[in-house]
Amino acid sequence: MSIASTSVIQIIPRTRRGVELMLLIIAIAVAVGAYINIGLTVQDRIPASTGYYAAGISLLALIAHMVLRYRAPYADPVMLPCAVLLNGLGVAMIHRVDLGLKQAAEAAGREPRSAAAPQQITWTAVGIILFLVVILLIRDHRRLQALTYTAGLAGLILLILPLVPGLGVNINGAQIWIRFLGMSFQPGEFAKLSLVVFFAGYLVVKRDVLTLAGHRFLGLDLPRARDLGPILIAWAVSLGVLVFEKDLGSSLLFFGLFLFLLYVATERAGWLLIGGLLFLGGAWFAYATFGHVNKRVADWLDPFNEVGGQVSNALMGQAWGGVLGRGLGQGRPEILGFYGQSDFIISSFGEELGLTGMIAIILVYTLIVERGLRTALGCRDIFGKLLATGLAMSFALQVFVIVGGVTGLIPLTGLATPFMALGGTSLVANWAIIALLLRISDQARRPQTPAAPVSDETIAMAVQKQ
Amino acid sequence: MNSAIRRLAVAAIILMLALMANSTYLQAFRANELNGRNDNRRVRDSQFSVDRGPILIGATPIAQSKPSNDRFEYQRTYLPSVAAAYAPVTGFYSYLYGRAGIELTQNSELNGSDPSLAFRRVVDVITNRRQQGASVSLTLNAAAQLAAYKGLSGKKGAVVAIEPKTGKVLALVSRPSYDPNELAGHDLDQVSDAWTKLNEDANKPMSNRAIKEIYPPGSTFKLVTMAAALSSGRYTPETKVRSPAVLELPQTTVGLPNQNGQNCGGSDNATLTVALRLSCNTAFGSVGLDLGADALREQAEKFGFGERQLPELGAVASRFPADPNAPQVAQSAIGQFDVQATPLQMAMVAAGIANGGDVMKPYLVQNVKTADLKTVSETKPESLHQAVSPEVASQLTQMMVDVVQNGTGKPGRISGVQVAGKTGTAQTSPDKPPFAWFTSFAPANDPKVAVAVMIEDANVPRNDIAGGTLAAPIAKAVMEAVLSQ
Repeated sequence: MSIASTSVIQIIPRTRRGVELMLLIIAIAVAVGAYINIGLTVQDRIPASTGYYAAGISLLALIAHMVLRYRAPYADPVMLPCAVLLNGLGVAMIHRVDLGLKQAAEAAGREPRSAAAPQQITWTAVGIILFLVVILLIRDHRRLQALTYTAGLAGLILLILPLVPGLGVNINGAQIWIRFLGMSFQPGEFAKLSLVVFFAGYLVVKRDVLTLAGHRFLGLDLPRARDLGPILIAWAVSLGVLVFEKDLGSSLLFFGLFLFLLYVATERAGWLLIGGLLFLGGAWFAYATFGHVNKRVADWLDPFNEVGGQVSNALMGQAWGGVLGRGLGQGRPEILGFYGQSDFIISSFGEELGLTGMIAIILVYTLIVERGLRTALGCRDIFGKLLATGLAMSFALQVFVIVGGVTGLIPLTGLATPFMALGGTSLVANWAIIALLLRISDQARRPQTPAAPVSDETIAMAVQKQ
Repeated sequence: MNSAIRRLAVAAIILMLALMANSTYLQAFRANELNGRNDNRRVRDSQFSVDRGPILIGATPIAQSKPSNDRFEYQRTYLPSVAAAYAPVTGFYSYLYGRAGIELTQNSELNGSDPSLAFRRVVDVITNRRQQGASVSLTLNAAAQLAAYKGLSGKKGAVVAIEPKTGKVLALVSRPSYDPNELAGHDLDQVSDAWTKLNEDANKPMSNRAIKEIYPPGSTFKLVTMAAALSSGRYTPETKVRSPAVLELPQTTVGLPNQNGQNCGGSDNATLTVALRLSCNTAFGSVGLDLGADALREQAEKFGFGERQLPELGAVASRFPADPNAPQVAQSAIGQFDVQATPLQMAMVAAGIANGGDVMKPYLVQNVKTADLKTVSETKPESLHQAVSPEVASQLTQMMVDVVQNGTGKPGRISGVQVAGKTGTAQTSPDKPPFAWFTSFAPANDPKVAVAVMIEDANVPRNDIAGGTLAAPIAKAVMEAVLSQ
């Protein structure tokens, strides 16, 4: 493995908070505009709730912005507006599907289901508050390193929680939800966060050992057999998730994150090879063993193999949307039912905003991912690098898996579309992730005091430069 | 570490690009197919809100969209008194059950989405008019269609009439039929009940017996055998062939008997003309054995067997058995064993003979016109195959005229007009009534109409069933309807 030239990136020490404010205003204008647009096209009036909603989301975003100004002035200026935009668009589309479902229920003479958008708006508030809490409480992300094993344990417990009898509920064949105090939660979303903290902390310590080369094969340095323990354990746990919770998406997400961080920590592509093979083996095992995985693959290969399949329905919606979309409020996303605002929300956008809108949304996700990885590049400590990489890649993987599933690129697996899909846990967890990324980026972009004594950070940089 | 992070950054971009490429691919290459699906509710709903063009016969709309003020803007309406008579052609346009018939195959013209109507759509947008579908005019002759429908009243069967010179379908009827209005309604519960009832009906009112079902054509197939014999050059209408009461067959002890158990008109060696006049099985069995399966199949295919006809409705292909042994060849020569034909196909046989041996491609859509009466497309007559030479066709015509004047086809006679025809009675199994057939054309010297009538079940005692008595009067009524205009 050649050592790529690692030039030190010259960071111009500017806070860019003004840019963030501008972008935030645009994001809120787009989100609230979409909300109003939907009211006008579906109900011929501006929704009565617009004022409260616009004021609420503006206020929360403004508070977040102000807190960043004072507590993390050098934080990345792009991620917060991106998150607000996606969150706001998600709320608008959930509202849109609410209205569509209401009309459909009224036409059929049924009692309409209670609207989901107010619930999502509440969760947005909770999410941004958690964002503030994280920014305010965690003044230095390296503190989290002390919690490595606590986070690991917490992650495992959260993973196992849906399997506890009486607590876990099975929704659509996947055992990834718990019902508590009359509300549903998806603990996997927080497990993801905890596990990334654990992987990062663990790999900071173990990376030297895991970097030691064993055999050379096809130009790749393979690790020593005795160092295979951790990857095998991670693989076993992710397989366990697959077997017991029947959730291919989470399983893929956890194992993928571990693999990526292992690769970044060791720079040994051999790990990717081993991990890839293990994953393929596991996927094949799942395909051969489990009916539901088998069915998902069959639905992927031929979405029309059964009448009324969700994927086929979503594909027809996207085709109906065309390149420019039917226009907000003028498609038929309610045909997907509840899924049009949860797992398949991106397809609802495809229908109403067209291919153009879908690509725009994917690009916003790409921006978050790449800004997150940029943060990892600029970060001066190994733990922070790994943490930022893991958090950023969790977005990339999650978006790929769910959007790929909904658009027929890969078999469908149940993962939430970050920030957009209906569901409180996912939304709140994602706000916490953005907060952590911003916290790391604040330190990454902050100018170093010229006469700083030799610190951990500079050692870490020296290690990279060699 | 940074180089690994950079590689991951590239990998993440590749993942996202894959998503975008896949969605773009869907729009570029799969959207048309997805939007064209019958089960696509979005497209169906929006098309239900389009001013769909009418289906016309002459100036009469047999199907049209009328403004409606319920959940959809338009109600598809089939001319009430004759909706069932035209149902096998128009098909239906249902929210729940998609489309059928002309409504299915001419859908893009009727709803205005066809590429040929693109200019019209642009004009509609610019002039701020609602998009209007094109009208589809059919070749059907209303009098013939209704005469056929009336003739089949109380029976199970089908009638197809063709204009021999052009291939225009003048009548296409199948009974029992159904009322497409029941399926086009906006009260979806009622529609669903009607659908269930129609599908559970043992008489299968929605099966299109004229083109979608195949039946043993029985003695009407003897026209094909005769055409093959005359075309071979080894036979003339006066050639004598073996025609005992029972024809002994090779490889089996079971013989092929004549219908009445006697020889052919008092002779064991009747001429072909007599054999056709009296429809002697043994004579045609021996001709078939002499010609062989390949010659028969070749002749049948020249009349259109083995290919799907009438794309406007998607008729099924009629067939001649692939590899029959000798006894089976004899059976096939008289339209039994595995010979199976649609009534449309047998009408094409008669029409081909009527048109000097030139079988015209049957068609139903005369033209498609925009709402402001600009012609979008006009169907031109096209030859399908030259099935027999004009000389053979004229010999066949003479023999068929003889059948109607002196033979089994007497009930098909029309005063003052020379009718050429052939009867048929096809056995399937002893417990099922036989199929009664009649295929004919008139006037023999200048044919205006060729018709095939098939009756599956007429609710009459078994011994009464014969193509001549049951089917010929219906054919006569249809021919008269065309000729009286």
